[in-house]
Amino acid sequence: MNIHIPTPLRVYTGGAETVAVPGATVAEVFDQLTSQFPELKQQLFNAEGKLRSFVNVYLNDEDLRYLPSKEATTVAATDELTIIPSIAGGTACCSCCPLL
Amino acid sequence: MLHITYTDYEALRAHGEETYPNECCGVLLGKSDAEGSHVRQIIRAGNTRTDSAHNRYNIAPIELVKIQRQARSLSLDIVGFYHSHPDHPAQWSPTDFAEAHWIGCSYVITAVEKGKAATTNSFLLTGTSEEDKKFVDQPIEIDVATLTQPKGQA
Repeated sequence: MNIHIPTPLRVYTGGAETVAVPGATVAEVFDQLTSQFPELKQQLFNAEGKLRSFVNVYLNDEDLRYLPSKEATTVAATDELTIIPSIAGGTACCSCCPLL
Repeated sequence: MLHITYTDYEALRAHGEETYPNECCGVLLGKSDAEGSHVRQIIRAGNTRTDSAHNRYNIAPIELVKIQRQARSLSLDIVGFYHSHPDHPAQWSPTDFAEAHWIGCSYVITAVEKGKAATTNSFLLTGTSEEDKKFVDQPIEIDVATLTQPKGQA
């Protein structure tokens, strides 16, 4: 299946914006991806092996976090996985004062 | 250096005026090379932080997915983002820094003072990871001669 890589992570995929990776589940696809491009692993996953909180993963148009089987979700060769870091911010100084 | 047409530059500033007193946000599509990033199109995005839109912004991930698809179809890349600071300086805040994850991309901030766009600054997120990232000031070069195509919206 094709995995679409966001701009900041393409430095770890040799500049490729789309990478074709085999696998029967999302987890298998991620294993293949990080085997092929080892430096991606620490960019995508924390020390516990979980996706970093700001890394969003979409299977076609579905947020992986809300799929019932999450990383164990089966995939087809025609599916597409998109990695998309979050975008947020603002003038509030921190998360403790969102309503100032 | 961030290269942007006058039309796009004024459009992102106007977006901040339209959403005042709330923050606006959007995406910069273009190409990067040794001279910096060249913005070819700006895409307005919705601010999902309706609970605190006057001092926070967030772009829905699914909207980003669609914008990234749009960029791919145009053979462009996401090279940066923009947002406004209503009645605050055009400087990155601790929240902006904490929530910045697109290393190598530009973060353009426009101060909107009493509804009028004032200073616009750009900051390049540099580094190699969350642990060593930092914002550096990025000069903006405004191209007044380039004619641009009508803008799309995701």
